[in-house]
Amino acid sequence: MKNNIQFNRFYKVFNFISLALVIISVLLIFFKGLNFGVDFKGGTLIELRVNDKQTNISSLRSAFNSMNLGDVAIKNFGNENDYLIKFEKKDKDKNLIQNIKKDLTKKIGPVYEFRRVENVGPKVSAELLNKGLIAIAVALGAMLFYIWIRFEWQFSIGAIIALFHDVIITIGIFSLFSIEINLSIVAAVLTIVGYSMNDTVVIFDRVRENLKKHISIKIFELTNISINETLSRTIITSVTTLLALLSIFIFGGEILKGFSLAMILGVIFGTYSSIYIANPTLVYLNVSYRTVVKEENN
Amino acid sequence: MLKFSKINILVTLVLSILVIFFSISNITKFDDNFFKKKINLGLDLQGGSYLLLKIDNEPVVIKELQNKAVSLKNFFKENNIQIFNININENKEIIFSTNEKNIEMVESFLNDKDGSINIYFDQFKSFQYEVENEKENFKLKLSKYGLIKIKTSSLDQAIEIVRRRVDEVGTNEPNILKRGNDRILVELPGLDDPMRIKNLLGKTANLTFRFITKSNDETFGSEQLEFEDGSEIANVSKRIIVSGENLVDAQPRMDNQTNETVVTFDFDRVGAKRFGRATTKGVGKRLAIVLDGKVISAPVIQEAIVAGSGQISGDFTFQTATDLALLLRSGALPAPLEIIEERTVGPGLGEDSIKSGLLALLIGFVLVIAFMLFKYKVFGIIANTTLILNLFFLIGILTIFEATLTLPGIAGIILTVGMAVDANVLIFERIKEEIRNEKNKIIAFDTGYVKSRSAILDANITTLIAALILFFLGSGPIKGFAVTLGTGIFTTLFTVYFIARLLTSLYVIKNKNKESLI
Repeated sequence: MKNNIQFNRFYKVFNFISLALVIISVLLIFFKGLNFGVDFKGGTLIELRVNDKQTNISSLRSAFNSMNLGDVAIKNFGNENDYLIKFEKKDKDKNLIQNIKKDLTKKIGPVYEFRRVENVGPKVSAELLNKGLIAIAVALGAMLFYIWIRFEWQFSIGAIIALFHDVIITIGIFSLFSIEINLSIVAAVLTIVGYSMNDTVVIFDRVRENLKKHISIKIFELTNISINETLSRTIITSVTTLLALLSIFIFGGEILKGFSLAMILGVIFGTYSSIYIANPTLVYLNVSYRTVVKEENN
Repeated sequence: MLKFSKINILVTLVLSILVIFFSISNITKFDDNFFKKKINLGLDLQGGSYLLLKIDNEPVVIKELQNKAVSLKNFFKENNIQIFNININENKEIIFSTNEKNIEMVESFLNDKDGSINIYFDQFKSFQYEVENEKENFKLKLSKYGLIKIKTSSLDQAIEIVRRRVDEVGTNEPNILKRGNDRILVELPGLDDPMRIKNLLGKTANLTFRFITKSNDETFGSEQLEFEDGSEIANVSKRIIVSGENLVDAQPRMDNQTNETVVTFDFDRVGAKRFGRATTKGVGKRLAIVLDGKVISAPVIQEAIVAGSGQISGDFTFQTATDLALLLRSGALPAPLEIIEERTVGPGLGEDSIKSGLLALLIGFVLVIAFMLFKYKVFGIIANTTLILNLFFLIGILTIFEATLTLPGIAGIILTVGMAVDANVLIFERIKEEIRNEKNKIIAFDTGYVKSRSAILDANITTLIAALILFFLGSGPIKGFAVTLGTGIFTTLFTVYFIARLLTSLYVIKNKNKESLI
């Protein structure tokens, strides 16, 4: 049972859709912006568990609003007893957390527990953001370098465009739904970079093999053959990876939600882009038998 | 060909038993040597506090400039060179003037590589101070290396004091590390409320004993200082009688007569002598006990205190007295510390994270195994056996290196489970293709392995690159993710090429005449 799906008939359509998605994502990132967490924006985050039924989100909101902490964001986190509280307080108060606990006990009684406190100063958050961006840039550069020594330049361009496509759309979706960007999202983006590249390279490997095997077949047809030949692997690997990620997303707890969501999106777009971004690029760049052989003779 | 040497099989077997053994040692409770090694849990899993402190070096620099100004004055006096108007300008440079005839002399002293007044660092090829002069007006500024020297030494001192204070509180296995040239990282496992430590680290603990004076006729000058409780503002002399450096011990006590909590202290020999002399002369005066620029108390001296010990009273609770005694014992920080990053995870959340992480691992694992079984049948069993062993190798290696497991680290393990089957899938799919063209099944299998190799390597190297970058640029929990993801790549490649290949070849050789093998 050999696969024979005409992927190449839809190259143009999907390229157009991808282009539109990338443009929309870039616009979202620039105009709507990203919802940076305390890691990158600085400020304080408190994860709070409440042990009585009377306290709800509005009583918490009024309690925190009276503490003069500036803009306080409160939302449910996981189950209904857990809350996530975030604020940016500019002035330095050494006893901030202690004072909050004191005030909160006065307002709602000692019916709560601080499960997690994160407090990041403005200088540190700026550094973390900077470091995160450097990490992503270095990862992209390293992938570019790897593919450049491993394949011909036409392949490198295809893989890199696919890579940017995946990363930009994933971040765009985070912007659209205002999902928090924190350190673990940077880790997810880097892993996406690895996965997307991995998926593309496996198909490219086959394209290159086929270029030597079927000299007379045009690249347009050849990419389709290669995609089909590697299709079961593409599907099985993305299914097992997605199963693992879905398991993290559903059962892994609130802290890993953003991370696993980013990875799930990355795997989906990474798989799609290997077929519909990376391969069409080879067609547009007129890759042929000679591209591969010339390189090897040098 | 699908052949394995006996040694090869034996080594694989021994290694497998070894990693299974180490994996299991994580859940055994005995305290014997064989099962001693365990994976460390990160702060996000066991609960605890992570504090990043920044040292504010400005006071240290100012102090250095002041000291240098005094030594310059003395130095030139000894050498019979007149200098005047020595002063510190904008807290960053020393300025002074000399006579026109002395300019060259002063210059040569300040630029003498073997001299003691402006130290020359051979290893950096730089003086401690950069000297500039416009005719007879001199300007001394700390050089880049002079500044670095000061910062490193104040950081080293600060780290020592921080360690003492943390140790005195008695948390288990604190981790105190230098970060860059002005930061200290403090990790406190198991501590869910770092308030006390934060309070202790937030104090410089600069203790001085000084007289309260009525007028400004003091030669050293005086300053207005507020009382700790805000009750009064006193005019305190700048002349320091004794400072905290001369303390050898400090303890919280209950004063039997007044029923008050006090802190008692003992001076060293020098301190005792100075204190004795000052109190002998100053009977009837008020002695201010000043901590970090605030007066704790200012008792009137009733009689000379020559025994070398004394006590501080000042409205303490037992807790505050204990903390003050602790601060005095551990010594003063060279400069104030500021907490610029704090992350605290309570033990409840840590436990929940472990539970949900393990649940996700279990379910992810079962789903992947079921899917592979459904997709490949017999070869699914081979892939799954490999996957299970892979997990043992991963956990076993993490145990051997006593690596730190974090929540993202668990996510890395789960992700490894999902991606590890990729290598086997690439091989199996390739074998399927080869079987279509090749009658001899054994050759087809061999070719399948050979031809899939480059794709497998590529796929794993790309992930490894991402993991390496995360390892070197990531911090804390994220590093844990990089560790498990990166280690997972090596264990995957090993198990696929040594274990899965062995199992497939055993199966293929036995069933080579079967119609549909895979």
